Amino acid sequence: MMPTVQTEHDFERGVEVLRAQIDKKIASYFSSCVHCGLCAEACLFYTETGDARFTPIYKVEPMRRLWQREKTFWGKLGAGLGMLPEVTEDDFAEWQEMTYDSCTLCGRCSMVCPVGNDIAYMIRKQREAFAAAGYSPEGLQGATRRALEIGSPMGLTLKALEAQIGHVEEETGLEVPMDKQGADYMALLSSMEVINFPEYIESLVRIFDAAGVSWTFSRKAFEATNSGIQIGDSKIAAELVSRVVNAAEELGVKYVISPECGHAYTAIRWDGPNLIKRPYKFEVVHILELLDQLRAEGRLRTEGIETERLTFHDPCQIVRRGGVLEPPRNLMRMVAPDYAEMGDHGKMNWCCGGGGGVSANEEAEELRLKAFKRKKRQLEELNVEGLVTACANCRIVIEEGLEHYGMDIHVTGLTELLAKHLAPPKGKAEGG
Amino acid sequence: MFLEFVEGPLWYFSAVVFVVGVLWRLVDIWRQPSRTDLAVPRGSGVPGALRTIVTRSWTAKGFSRGATFHLVAGYMFHIGLFVLLIFAAPHVKFIEERILGFGWTPAPHWLFMVASDLAFAGILLLWLRRLMHPVMRKISTFDDHAAAILTFVVMLTGCLALLKSHDSLRAIHMLTVCLLMVYFPFSRLMHAFTFPVSRAYTGAAMGRKGVSA
Repeated sequence: MMPTVQTEHDFERGVEVLRAQIDKKIASYFSSCVHCGLCAEACLFYTETGDARFTPIYKVEPMRRLWQREKTFWGKLGAGLGMLPEVTEDDFAEWQEMTYDSCTLCGRCSMVCPVGNDIAYMIRKQREAFAAAGYSPEGLQGATRRALEIGSPMGLTLKALEAQIGHVEEETGLEVPMDKQGADYMALLSSMEVINFPEYIESLVRIFDAAGVSWTFSRKAFEATNSGIQIGDSKIAAELVSRVVNAAEELGVKYVISPECGHAYTAIRWDGPNLIKRPYKFEVVHILELLDQLRAEGRLRTEGIETERLTFHDPCQIVRRGGVLEPPRNLMRMVAPDYAEMGDHGKMNWCCGGGGGVSANEEAEELRLKAFKRKKRQLEELNVEGLVTACANCRIVIEEGLEHYGMDIHVTGLTELLAKHLAPPKGKAEGG
Repeated sequence: MFLEFVEGPLWYFSAVVFVVGVLWRLVDIWRQPSRTDLAVPRGSGVPGALRTIVTRSWTAKGFSRGATFHLVAGYMFHIGLFVLLIFAAPHVKFIEERILGFGWTPAPHWLFMVASDLAFAGILLLWLRRLMHPVMRKISTFDDHAAAILTFVVMLTGCLALLKSHDSLRAIHMLTVCLLMVYFPFSRLMHAFTFPVSRAYTGAAMGRKGVSA
């Protein structure tokens, strides 16, 4: 039976799920935390607002209280004597903002905690309980429902994708392979790419054709964005992952390509096998990993370089939480050898402020734009004309932030930038 | 009489509570559920765990901005306390005679003085920050304050006992040490034993993703 999105409040169920989230990691993290508060300085929602409630470890206070009451000596004693307050439904209502609006699961706090606590992991776990209790943002509930029922959080249908693909075929003169049995690679998309940045699809088609990649899209599963991960519902996340896995295994592909979307990569590459409780029969590569491999093999060749001053924004889930650190830099150097790195970059980059479902959460819009001031300052320090990134969500959040603050910096995707400089295949170039 | 009690039965009782309590807490973490990661790793978890256990002892590159006060005070307190605990002459003698049966060269007096200055200044600065900084006020619990106050009192009575070499001061110091040892396993002080565990979990998870955390 297909899982459903919890929209009615069910506090008891939330507590039950919260209790079930306490594993070895969580127990060690709470045992080690000395409330030093350093994580606050790593979180853009705190640094840009000064609001102490947005201190990352404070965001998991409901989970800590439950752990303390049920897993510690003083907690059990205090609870037995009626001296330690229980986790209440009011706590869930109050902490919804800290659990969703003010956290993109970017994991920067997890990189600085002196005792090594992975606070992003803790917040992700707490989201399981909040989603189960129905204390999740309406925008995210809607996106998740559309993902389950229509197949895309933005309501994108197969027909709409096929129409977009028709345009791409017309534009490029190339055939876009669909449901090609036995292809090496099955490419995924995020609906934001299809709706807002269809040039990504065109770039893929042109690069793969030039590099001689055997690939296909699947009509059964083209959407990579996983709203189940963002809202924090593992059953829904597993359902969305299993659609991709079934389609890929039916086509018999060797690899699935995660698109330029951070959480999609986390979902299909790192969380997926654990969600469906088995390894895949294929490998998952991020599009940047594949492009970097094609570069190394001499199959991706570019010509010319960018003359504008550019920088690269690291999508948190691809770089810090995903481990794709060097490929974007190798690829950037192909077309922008003198691109400027931000002060904090790579695994310590600052988030755009809209990941982890925050951009789908209308209630968080004002806060997200405040948090964007961190990215704004990073860009002002560099005085760049253009920003390149590798995540459709980062891209749209940054574009909105730049527009909000009246900054004249254009934003582009890395795959698109490479396609712009794509050199013709050797045979074609030599043959004129 | 009182000194004999605190260095005798009370000491043994506290030591048992301390050892059993710490072990119980560690076993309790181990008893919680866990899941094998089924994602194909990019790197190995073990080197990642070991690396993070070591590297989290200093800050991530570029992170010290905004956290300097806490970092400096934290290093002062922990380094000072470590030297006092392990290398103060009376401690070395106590460890040799009452615990291990062997000892080592204690710190010279000047080093003891430097270490105690660092430790006292460090703990006071950290506590001051806990009382005054809005973030610290928001996140601090009773346990955070109790652990800080108890540690400070132990350090203070220890220094007084050393400087005045008086039995009653030594007895008061031992009493506070016993209190600290009994409180330790049930408090935030447990981080002294659990921090390698939490660092290792995160380091291993990130190491499998190919990220040096």
